[in-house]
Amino acid sequence: MAKIRPSQGAPYARIMGVGGYRPTRVVPNEVILETIDSSDEWIRSRSGIATRHWASDEETVAMMSIEASGKAIADAGITPEQIGGVIVSTVSHFKQTPAVATEIADRIGAGKPAAFDISAGCAGFGYGLTLAKGMVVEGSAEYVLVIGVERLSDLTDLEDRATAFLFGDGAGAVVVGPSQDPQIGPTVWGSEGDKSNTITQTVPWDDYRKGPVERFPALTQEGQAVFRWAVFEMAKIAQQALDAAGITSADLDVFIPHQANMRIIDSMVKTLKLPEHVTVARDVETTGNTSAASIPLAMERLLATGQAKSGDTALVIGFGAGLVYAATVVTLP
Amino acid sequence: MAATQEEIVNGLAEIVNEIAGIPVEDVQLDKSFTDDLDVDSLSMVEVVVAAEERFDVKIPDDDVKNLKTVGDAADYIAKHQV
Repeated sequence: MAKIRPSQGAPYARIMGVGGYRPTRVVPNEVILETIDSSDEWIRSRSGIATRHWASDEETVAMMSIEASGKAIADAGITPEQIGGVIVSTVSHFKQTPAVATEIADRIGAGKPAAFDISAGCAGFGYGLTLAKGMVVEGSAEYVLVIGVERLSDLTDLEDRATAFLFGDGAGAVVVGPSQDPQIGPTVWGSEGDKSNTITQTVPWDDYRKGPVERFPALTQEGQAVFRWAVFEMAKIAQQALDAAGITSADLDVFIPHQANMRIIDSMVKTLKLPEHVTVARDVETTGNTSAASIPLAMERLLATGQAKSGDTALVIGFGAGLVYAATVVTLP
Repeated sequence: MAATQEEIVNGLAEIVNEIAGIPVEDVQLDKSFTDDLDVDSLSMVEVVVAAEERFDVKIPDDDVKNLKTVGDAADYIAKHQV
C-alpha cells in the first residue's frame, strides 16, 4: 500500500475581514401596507422592523455577492488571487446550476478556487464558516471566502400579512484564513428535520411542470412554533457554543444572532441572561430578515459604526428553515 | 403536588405581569389573552413556556391556539399537570 502524504494546514483559523452590500432601495413599512391590511405600529411591535432593502433587477445575487466580497477581501488585507475557496449560502438564487459561487469567484478575480453553493437557510453563514475553517485547518485552501446572500423579496408573498414585512435582500461576506491562535470556536450545529414544515417554501418548483401554479412560491412559516423554537431551543444551543469555547457570557463582548425578528432577539437575550455589557446586534430594524446574509451584515455594521471593535469576542448563532442551526464563538476581524 | 385552580390563576397572573406588564389583578378567568390583556401571539408563547416550567406541564404548539382565555389555560394546566 502506497503511503499517502497528508495535507498541511494552518494550526487554527480566524475571520480576517468582513464586507456587506445592502441594495439601494430602502422600503419602509408604508410600502408593505399597500398590499396587506396591517399598520406600521403592528409590524414594529411584532418584528421590530421599520425598513428593509429590496434589490433592483441589477442587484442580482452575484452582483451583491461581488460587492460584499470585494470589501471583505480588502478588509482582510489580501488579494483576490489568494482566495482558494468560495462558499456561497443562499436559498434565493433561482438558477440551480451551475453554482453561483463559480461565477462570483471568476468575477472577483480569484482565479480557479474551489467554489460551491450550500443550502442551510438562515444558518447558512455558520455552516459556511465551519466548512471554511475546516478547509483552512486541513490545508485544502489558505483563504476561503464565505458569502451569505439573499433576494428574499423574490420569495415574499406580499399579500400574506404574517410574513410580507419580514424579509429583505443583501449580501455579507467574510474571509477566513490561517491563525496562530484559535479565533473560531467549536461549532454547535445540527438539524431537526421533523420540523421541516415550520418554515418552508409554499410549493416546490417542479409543480410548474404539472400545470399552472396559482402563486409564485414564497416563504411561509408557523409563527408561534418558530418563535418558541428560536428563542428557547436556540438559547440552549447558544449556551452550548459558549461552553464548547470554554467561556461564559461574562467573557462575551458581542452577541450576533441571526436577524430574524427583534422579538426573538430580545427574548433570547433575556433567556440567555446576557450581561449588560454585551453589545447585541439589532440590525433587523433597518435590514429585515436577510437569512444567510444577516449575521455578516450585522457584524459589518457593528464594526463600521464602532459598536464593536476588532478583537472583540462574539457569539454568532444562525437558525432557520430545515430546521437547522449553527452557533460558534469568534474573534471579530 | 398538583396546584389548585387558585394557585394556577395566581401563577398565570404573575407570569402575564412579568411578560406583558399587565397588573396581576386584571388577570381573571374570563379574560381573553389577546383581546383583554393585550398579550400578542409571540408573548403568548413566552407565557406558555413560563407556565410549562412553573406547573410542570407540556403545552404543545397545536394546543396553544385553543387557549383563548385565562380560564382555558388554567383548565388545561389543571388537566395536564403531573
